[in-house]
Amino acid sequence: MQIPLPKIDLPRLPFTPEQASTIAGHVDALYLYLILITLFFSILVVVLIFYFAVRYRRRTPDEIPPPVEGSLVLETVWTITPLLIAMTIFVWGASLYFALYRPPTDATEIFVVGKQWMWKFQHTEGLREINELHVPVGAKIKLTMTTEDVIHALAVPAFRIRADVVPGRYTYLWFEATKTGRFHLFCTEYCGTNHSGMNGWVVVQDPAEYQAWLSGGASESPAAQGEKLFQSLGCASCHKMDVQGRGPMLIGLYGKPQKLDNGQEVIADDAYIRESILDPQAKRVLGFGSVIAYIHSLAAPQGGGTANTAAPASGSTTTSGIAPDTQRSNPVGPTSPRTQRNTGGAMQPANANANTPRGTPPP
Amino acid sequence: MSAADTPIDPLNPVMPDPSALPADSPEWRVKFPHVNYINAHYGIKSWLLTKDHKRIALLYLASVTVFFALGGAYAIAIRLELLTPPGDFVQAHTYNKLFTQHGIIMIFFFLIPSIPAVLGNFLVPLMIGAKDLAFPRINLLSWYIYIAGALFTIWALLNGGIDTGWTFYVPYSTSFSNTYVVVAGLGIFITGFSSILTGLNFIVTIHTMRAPGMTWFRLPLFIWSTYATSLIMVLGTPVIAITILLVALERLAHIGIFDPRLGGDPVLFQHMFWFYSHPAVYIMVLPSMGVVSEIVATFSRKNIFGYSFVAFSSLAIAIFGFLVWGHHMFTSSQSVYASMIFSFVSFAVAIPSAVKVFNWTATLYKGSISYDTPMLYALGFIGLFTMGGLTGLFLAALGMDVHLTDTYFIVAHFHYIMVGGALMGYMGGLHYWWPKITGRLYPEGWGRFSALVIFVGFNLTFFPLFLAGYMGMPRRYHAYAEEFQVLNVMSTAGASILGFGLLIPGIYFLWSMRYGKFAAPNPWPATGLEWRTLSPPPTENFASTPIVTWEAYEFRPIEEMEVIGPAPEQSSRPVPGLTTT
Repeated sequence: MQIPLPKIDLPRLPFTPEQASTIAGHVDALYLYLILITLFFSILVVVLIFYFAVRYRRRTPDEIPPPVEGSLVLETVWTITPLLIAMTIFVWGASLYFALYRPPTDATEIFVVGKQWMWKFQHTEGLREINELHVPVGAKIKLTMTTEDVIHALAVPAFRIRADVVPGRYTYLWFEATKTGRFHLFCTEYCGTNHSGMNGWVVVQDPAEYQAWLSGGASESPAAQGEKLFQSLGCASCHKMDVQGRGPMLIGLYGKPQKLDNGQEVIADDAYIRESILDPQAKRVLGFGSVIAYIHSLAAPQGGGTANTAAPASGSTTTSGIAPDTQRSNPVGPTSPRTQRNTGGAMQPANANANTPRGTPPP
Repeated sequence: MSAADTPIDPLNPVMPDPSALPADSPEWRVKFPHVNYINAHYGIKSWLLTKDHKRIALLYLASVTVFFALGGAYAIAIRLELLTPPGDFVQAHTYNKLFTQHGIIMIFFFLIPSIPAVLGNFLVPLMIGAKDLAFPRINLLSWYIYIAGALFTIWALLNGGIDTGWTFYVPYSTSFSNTYVVVAGLGIFITGFSSILTGLNFIVTIHTMRAPGMTWFRLPLFIWSTYATSLIMVLGTPVIAITILLVALERLAHIGIFDPRLGGDPVLFQHMFWFYSHPAVYIMVLPSMGVVSEIVATFSRKNIFGYSFVAFSSLAIAIFGFLVWGHHMFTSSQSVYASMIFSFVSFAVAIPSAVKVFNWTATLYKGSISYDTPMLYALGFIGLFTMGGLTGLFLAALGMDVHLTDTYFIVAHFHYIMVGGALMGYMGGLHYWWPKITGRLYPEGWGRFSALVIFVGFNLTFFPLFLAGYMGMPRRYHAYAEEFQVLNVMSTAGASILGFGLLIPGIYFLWSMRYGKFAAPNPWPATGLEWRTLSPPPTENFASTPIVTWEAYEFRPIEEMEVIGPAPEQSSRPVPGLTTT
């Protein structure tokens, strides 16, 4: 059940981030209320202390003031009053919390996977992003999140939202952006060496602009975008353009027959290419068995062939995994989001969850 | 008795004619020092094998001071790194070790043992009129356990350190960190037993060794808060011990308690960790509250307003403190209903703290207030603790916490409690009882000056961090976004002032041990039993068991107070202002 929140139009306070979501104004209103309470009580205490300290300063070294008896009335008043005030904060805070953590049923779902040290986002339309999340303004977005390794937390200060991303379970966040622009996105649960590098941007766009972005961007041809993806996702390191790399050469491939290791032959049409990208094992090109065997061998010591895990990611996690305490520490493995981006592997949340034995420490 | 029977201060072996000197003049005290716990025995062995609670307190004092300096050095490095947005001073991995080790050292090796083990050890027997703690040997053992744990941790630090954060969150600590998690954890595990034994010792001592007439409601409030603290130490510490043990087993043997790949639950670790670590906050701050009660009473010469409310609020905090651990986990994916209950109880635990603040303030009313250094620290404590407590309300409010947790708002909040609260109380207490501990006075002018410098430096260091936190700056960040820089520069500037302010007492305390003026038995004057023996007290504390016939904080003309001890043969001269029994 969604608790309806009254509309709040609070001007932005100094030293607060932008209010870019429907909930932000509500959080700021509670913040203002808490600041007023804090000011009231701290000024009360400080003024009383200063007043008493001056008014009742010691005038002669041997003066002994008469003892004062306690007062049950006063004690009751200053027990009950703060309690009542605290209860108002409690109720307000709790209702906001329910609003924050109960996604509306009509929200658009986006999948989020955290891993050391990057955020991967996947739109239901199939688009994937790293360390950047494009959303349309004015739409309810629900983030379904999990992690491949340690606990992370996704926070967008301008939206006033945050939730831990916990291995072995899904956590959820939702928001409705009210402003276009770029807003910080942080990992806020300490997750290792490059924790402070695990951040990015939420890009809130007009619905039209968002649609354009979603369909590949108006400015570039699909081929140009595809080339970028081919480079940025690291495909080019094996599928080389000029020489034979570790993967099959792709020059002149399209539309031609392709020999497979099971003796069959397929035409490299759109369907085949799509299948090979999504499931490289489905139809394997003749002559690349050794690479496949190598990929198998990467999975072998981890007690189960989760072959759909991208090999580079798997390898890097293993090296950055546990070392016995006696071993000299060494921050191996990927150290920058850029490196990560180049080797980024599969990013289905389901995969991340199912791919159980990764980084399992050696016995 | 003849002058020759009196032990001679080795620094001043000359024997003048005692009658030529006015009683209790510094010269008289130098030439005819009484036998006290410091000069009763000499030699390193007499310290390392001592069973005297006062000497053990000094052992603790020396060791926690070393750790405080070490933790402070880490803090300086952290603030230097955060002066500029890019991570340019140290590498990310190094920075992660810096804040982890700052936290571990400051919490487990300074804050938790500081007031209970230093001031508590020194004062509990003196305040209740006992000769020592109930188990003097266990008391010494607890110091050795503390040192053993500390050595393990130092060994981990020297060999490359640890980078998990002081919170040891799994699965990072169990499966991903390449650092010395198990060794450092073992250090904390061992030190925990020191805490347990100290707490046990205090509880038994307070129950069984109170002087005749020292009823529960005549106890100084420091004893009440130490008692509440001891309950937490005894009941809470085993939980962190188990938790650390499980982390070690998980890391070494992969038993699958916390690792979801093996069927474990990483959030379970957080429940177990905070079940101890939240009450541990009260181990740090409750004793400070006790110190502040003593100081406020003495320097306003008033009985504490609402004594029983202040006393019971300590117990209420100790009990409620065990029920609020989940408020560290509002965003951890724990059930929203659990969060609601934890939030509710967290607001409830704020009330006894508020009651204390109001009662201290009311105590000042119609008092006779002087502004000596301990009082400045105590008033500083009340102000900073109020700020720390009220910002705690922000974090207890569920919807607000979602935005604030794991940001610098949290960092600022708990430093207001732990530095503004616990450290201020500790410093105030150290100044207040310094004449009793060492028999010498610290330089009052320097004391007041440094208290003000510390207060200003502290606020400049940590107040901007509240703002940075609300703006969204995440904690434990080696490099941060440009927009947070101004506040961080302020914080680093404040930290340098704070560091300078803390150096001053370090210097004058050392100086005063040798050159300070001699302290009278009751220099402030105050009402507790500890002020009715000499400064420093003799090894047996009191020549004869005191019989208490007065209420706590009953200020009377000084002439009516009597000094109990030292034994007549040790002091043939009357002490001014006090009649010897």
